[in-house]
Amino acid sequence: MTDYLMPSLGADMEDGRVVEWFVHPGDTVRRGDIVGVVDTAKGAIEIEIWLDGVVREIVVEPGTKVRVGALLLRLESPGNESPQPTAAPVAATAAPVPAPPAPEPRGLDDASKSQGPPTPASALAEPRASPAARREAKRRGVDLGAVRGSGPRGAIVLGDLGVSVEGTAAETPAVDRLTAMRKAIAAAMARSKREIPHYYLATAVNMRVALEWLESRNEGRRPEDRMLPVTLFLKAVATAAGEFGEFNGHWVEGALKPSESVHVGLAISLRGGGLVAPAIRDTDRRSLEDLAKAVTDLVLRAREGRLRSSEMTEATLTVTSLGDRGVETVFGVIYPPQVAIVGFGRMTVRASVESGVVSAVPVVDVTLSGDHRATDGHRGGLFLQEIADRLQRPGEL
Amino acid sequence: MIDETEIRAAVLRVLHSVAPDVDLDRLDPARDLRRQTDLDSFDFIRFIVGLHVELGVDVPEDAYGELDTVDRTVAYLGKTLRTSQPPTV
Repeated sequence: MTDYLMPSLGADMEDGRVVEWFVHPGDTVRRGDIVGVVDTAKGAIEIEIWLDGVVREIVVEPGTKVRVGALLLRLESPGNESPQPTAAPVAATAAPVPAPPAPEPRGLDDASKSQGPPTPASALAEPRASPAARREAKRRGVDLGAVRGSGPRGAIVLGDLGVSVEGTAAETPAVDRLTAMRKAIAAAMARSKREIPHYYLATAVNMRVALEWLESRNEGRRPEDRMLPVTLFLKAVATAAGEFGEFNGHWVEGALKPSESVHVGLAISLRGGGLVAPAIRDTDRRSLEDLAKAVTDLVLRAREGRLRSSEMTEATLTVTSLGDRGVETVFGVIYPPQVAIVGFGRMTVRASVESGVVSAVPVVDVTLSGDHRATDGHRGGLFLQEIADRLQRPGEL
Repeated sequence: MIDETEIRAAVLRVLHSVAPDVDLDRLDPARDLRRQTDLDSFDFIRFIVGLHVELGVDVPEDAYGELDTVDRTVAYLGKTLRTSQPPTV
């Protein structure tokens, strides 16, 4: 048996309330499957399983609030008993993972049960539905066969039954959520400023070529298909981070642990207050077109509270971009255990001198807040310059 | 032909769908729209897309600047609707 614990969805999370499970005992799950929804200070997060196996027991019922590291599910997994990966600074708060149990002799019944081919939930004649949705349907006499599921792999979830998740006992009222989010941000940012000796650098980047490139790319496209400058910013930062690996990773137990992959977190402010910075997986390896779609999708899901657990924990570097409004220059506060955050202010038209000639050019202030334990300002300056250079060749991004 | 009152109602409907937390009664139609409603770049695109769905008007990127207040948005949409064929929706 392997224990699936309440994951830590960021350095600032203390507890979470289980809203809904998408799996039942006996279901086969694969690594990366979304198994349920947890309500946190940062909204409802879809939690993913981190190994293959068969669900044996659901320990925490929907509606229950538990601390990070609490036992949620028991799984039978084929041989894979590796401990649950959590971000290192968080591991201290997580409950210890029990040692793998010694193989125990099984009775015939038990053996035939566990060795028979597991029935994938999707193969059942009954429609896939979360247990909470199933209970609600039974209570109201609704035929699940007549309901279209919007959950993982078409599963019917509470929302599909017209139950607003806001109306259930599992929901946190908006005011409480805002208070909880403020507390979570306070904890993470206080830790950042307490532990991370920040240094700050800024440079003005000429955006004429990049904007011309965007204009011709967007011409004739529908508004929803138009690419925003933030897509270029993300790709420029992610590819530059490939060459400046010391800005991409985590500070763990007194040392920099660079990440091989580049998953850039994008700071997204939420209407009504607060912010989240979910990660875009493999930002550096995506095409600009793919990245633009990913950004739109991420912003929408962040606002609706449908982010996934991996997105909350995977970021290796953060970008904050103010778009076309706000102030000209922004210096971010590093989200621990990351070691850098790159800021893009509002674009403005400024007088620029090139070859002795003054002209009006669109300019964006790009900043770097770096962790001085991991890097020095000299490398930071070169990193910013690399980002600026890449923005001069948008076609190659 | 759609009149100004209907256009204004449509604009406010779209605004409400993009920013449900904003009290539309307190919105000053002559003041900066995005500053009052705190629409970011993504919200603004949803606003533009919503106007297209409601009124069939496709706002090109270089005209975004004309949609800076509710009054000017209504005026822009009215002008565009008068000079083009009515939408066949």
